[in-house]
Amino acid sequence: MQPAASGRTRSPRRALALPLLAVGLLLSIALSLSLGSVPVSPAQLWQIATGGDAGVAGDVVLGLRLPRVLAAAACGGLLALAGALMQVLLRNPLADPYVLGISGGASVGALLAMTAGLAGALFELSAFAGALAAMALVFGLAHGEGGRTPTRLLLTGVIVSAGCGAAVSFMLTVANEQSLRGMLFWLMGDAGVAAPPAAALWTLAVGALVCVPLARDLNLLARGDLTAQTLGVPVLRLRLAIYLIASALTAVAVTTVGAVGFVGLVVPHLMRLALGNDQRLLLPASALAGALLLLLADTAARTVIAPAQLPVGVLTALLGVPVFLFLLHRRQ
Amino acid sequence: MSTAPPLLVARDVSVGIEGRTLCAALDLDIRPGEMLAVIGRNGIGKSTVLSTLAGLRAPLAGSLTLDGVSLASMAPRALARQRSLLPQSHEDAFASTVLDTVLVGRHPHIGRWSDDSAHDVQVAFDAMARVSLTGFEARDVRTLSGGERQRVAIAALLAQDAPLCLLDEPVTHLDLDYQTDTLSLFAGMAHDEGRAVVAVLHDLNQVLRFCDRVLLLTGGGEWVCGAVDAVLQPDTLSRAFCHPLRELRDGERRYFVPA
Repeated sequence: MQPAASGRTRSPRRALALPLLAVGLLLSIALSLSLGSVPVSPAQLWQIATGGDAGVAGDVVLGLRLPRVLAAAACGGLLALAGALMQVLLRNPLADPYVLGISGGASVGALLAMTAGLAGALFELSAFAGALAAMALVFGLAHGEGGRTPTRLLLTGVIVSAGCGAAVSFMLTVANEQSLRGMLFWLMGDAGVAAPPAAALWTLAVGALVCVPLARDLNLLARGDLTAQTLGVPVLRLRLAIYLIASALTAVAVTTVGAVGFVGLVVPHLMRLALGNDQRLLLPASALAGALLLLLADTAARTVIAPAQLPVGVLTALLGVPVFLFLLHRRQ
Repeated sequence: MSTAPPLLVARDVSVGIEGRTLCAALDLDIRPGEMLAVIGRNGIGKSTVLSTLAGLRAPLAGSLTLDGVSLASMAPRALARQRSLLPQSHEDAFASTVLDTVLVGRHPHIGRWSDDSAHDVQVAFDAMARVSLTGFEARDVRTLSGGERQRVAIAALLAQDAPLCLLDEPVTHLDLDYQTDTLSLFAGMAHDEGRAVVAVLHDLNQVLRFCDRVLLLTGGGEWVCGAVDAVLQPDTLSRAFCHPLRELRDGERRYFVPA
């Protein structure tokens, strides 16, 4: 045995974290598929999963619930992973995926599309283009002496977000009554009108695969640019890569389910409290826990006041605000 | 003075920042087994010169080679196995144990797909013992005092185990006894272990006591480099620091005090 295992980043809790989260996610998927206006029993679920014919229940589960469940889970994973990356990039545990203006840009793109009456793929394309435009704007403007330092990125992101917020308010003011409700739901995050989940699932898979080999270097980046650079991390290249990856993950998530708040802030923070700041564990744990959280929140959003639905962003915010305040209070 | 072939060689190196030349046409050989001090007034460019010697900042002109290889052409990881740098301050944005923070020094020795081995952990524990941090391994670095945090950084530097050690104000936050212990440790790393040690220092009497040679930056890009006894003379120092200094003698030992 090592002289003092207590100072190490490993413990049974850490070894169990990923399997437990994965099992929790699978159970939540089953729960979410079975809840709704047409209740589906576990036996029926099993029948559907094994390729059997379950009649109406099968159509409901495969045609209606499964795409929504996958979209919510994938986007929760994307947002939490992007949040964890942003927190390292900005070296600030209170950063979230939207802090650099990506949701603001996506919102402007989405609302422009709604104002123009676009739907489907064109609508998603517009939101995605808005996210990319905000990302390019922040990245272009944040350059200065010493490169794109965390402070400079943060300030530029906050200002671009504020500008986008003003544009969004303007479009809401001049919008007609019919589109206003859809706009508000989209702005709060709504898996009910979610785009097909394939893009989000693929992005999550690719993002996770790219991030895991970078995790050791990220551990050093979290300790400061100078420390990381001194110890052989190509800091400028790594920061650029993290910025692009986190932005792409966020842009896809926002395009799919709208600007769902707090998942990207609270989940990495909770995982860090529970498991420590080793990115090799933190990144996959955040992705799984984010998927779990957004899926449960969306399941609640479509069942608690059924047949009416809540925007899922309202539920994540109701959960996120107290958790955030609690964490902030602990820091002082 | 060390006669080994030089480890770090600077030829005609100019260091500058924002159009200001801090050090012009620097020729410097840093050899294994010697401890070189970098001294000069605040803001004169000591840290910038140090990070240029570390290969973290390109010089305006001139060439830098480490063990015969151009610094600019070395891969960051290979460079990190050859030279360590103790920064002036430490950022701790996130919680981390002392052991994990010291293990960071092992990063360049551990492959991308590997985990730190029992050997790496042993190296970290040995490094902690050398700076009197035994028993601190599970503490959160954010709960340490400034001096304790500095010793953690020194332990990480020891764990990095590089032949060239660059130190930016290594003892500024330390208590007097730790200052002496730490400088003795670094002098031992140079004289006994055959490493090359370059340290930015403020206390001239520590330079006299622990260092072999000194690089004095005098402003406007000018510099003086030589054996400690040759460079540290009252008139040179009084001009460089813009304040008259008096030399006191206690047997063989010399001391400088502000007049």
